[in-house]
Amino acid sequence: MKRFLPLALMLFCIAPLFFPPAARAVMPDEMLANPALEKRAEAIDARLRCPVCQGESIADSNADLAHDLRLLVRRKLVEGDTDKQVIQYIVARYGDFVLMKPPLDRDTVALWTGPAIILFIAALAGWNFMRAKPAPLPELSREEKAFLAKLDDDAGREDA
Amino acid sequence: MKRFLPLLVFLALAGIFYWRIVLIDRGDMPNDIPSVMINKPAPVFKLPALFKGEADFTSAALKGHVTLLNFFASWCVDCRIEHPFLTGLKGHGAVLVGVDYEDKNADGEAWLEKHGNPYDRVVTDARGRTAINFGLYGVPETYIIDKQGVIRYKQTGPMTPDVIRKTILPVIARLEK
Repeated sequence: MKRFLPLALMLFCIAPLFFPPAARAVMPDEMLANPALEKRAEAIDARLRCPVCQGESIADSNADLAHDLRLLVRRKLVEGDTDKQVIQYIVARYGDFVLMKPPLDRDTVALWTGPAIILFIAALAGWNFMRAKPAPLPELSREEKAFLAKLDDDAGREDA
Repeated sequence: MKRFLPLLVFLALAGIFYWRIVLIDRGDMPNDIPSVMINKPAPVFKLPALFKGEADFTSAALKGHVTLLNFFASWCVDCRIEHPFLTGLKGHGAVLVGVDYEDKNADGEAWLEKHGNPYDRVVTDARGRTAINFGLYGVPETYIIDKQGVIRYKQTGPMTPDVIRKTILPVIARLEK
C-alpha cells in the first residue's frame, strides 16, 4: 500500500491538468439569441487560438482581438456559413497557427510526435532504472571481519 | 563516460537556450508568427477618414504607388514609441496611411494633435473588421503594399529607427523599382 502512496500523490497533483476549469470569456452581449447557433459558435471559439495571448482559445481569452473574432464567428454563422467555412475564413487570414489543433504537416511533425517520443524515452529510462539490480556489496576487509567476530564473541559471552 | 552524461545533457540544454537568447537578441521573437497574408492582394476595404470632410479610403486607392498601412491607436503604448520615427519614412516615395484602430475619433484626433500627424491619410477602423481581414494581431502593425496592391511585408510591433533603416526602407526601395 505504502509504495503506491507517492504515485497517488503525484496523480492527485496533476489531476487538475486533465480537468481544466471551464473559464469562458464570451460576454452575454456577444451571444446569439438562437441557442443552436450560439452552441455552434462556442464550439468554433474553442477550436480557434487567440493570436494575441497564444496559449488560450478565443473562447477563453479576454483580449480585444478575441472579442472581435468571437463577433466575427457569430456574424458569419448568422450569414449562413458552415462551421468549416467560418474556420477557413479565419485561417485564411491568420494561418494554421490560429487553430488549437493545427493539421499534421511537415512543419508540425515535431509538434505532434514530440510528446509521444519524449514519453517513450522517459518510459524506457524509467523501466531501465527500475530493472537495474543494485550493485553487489564489496567484500568485507580482514579488519572488519575480525571486528564482527569480536562482536559475536562478546555477545555470546553476555548471553552465557 | 557514464558519469559525464548529466554534464553533457546540461551543456547541450544550456547551448540550446543560449542560442535561443542570441536569436531573440537579433530580433527573432519566438512569439512572432509569420503572416500568411504576405504576397497576397490586400483585402478589399473601405475605411472612413478620421478627419471630417475627407473622402473614404478604399483598397482601390492602393494601386499605382507603394503604401505603408500603419495600424495605430491612441490607447496603444507601443504606438507612442513608434510615432516620432514615422516622419523618417517621408521622402522615400511610399504613401503613409494611418489606420486608427478600435479608437474613438475624438481620441485619435486629439492624439495626432498632441504628437503630430506624420500621415498622408488617416482613416479609421473603429470596430477592427478590416484589421481582421489583414490578419492583424495588435497595434502597432505596418503592412507594406506594392504598386499592384499586393501585401509584401508586415512589421509587427513598433518601427524603431533600427527597424526602419534595416528593414522598412530597403523593402520600400525594392518595391519602388
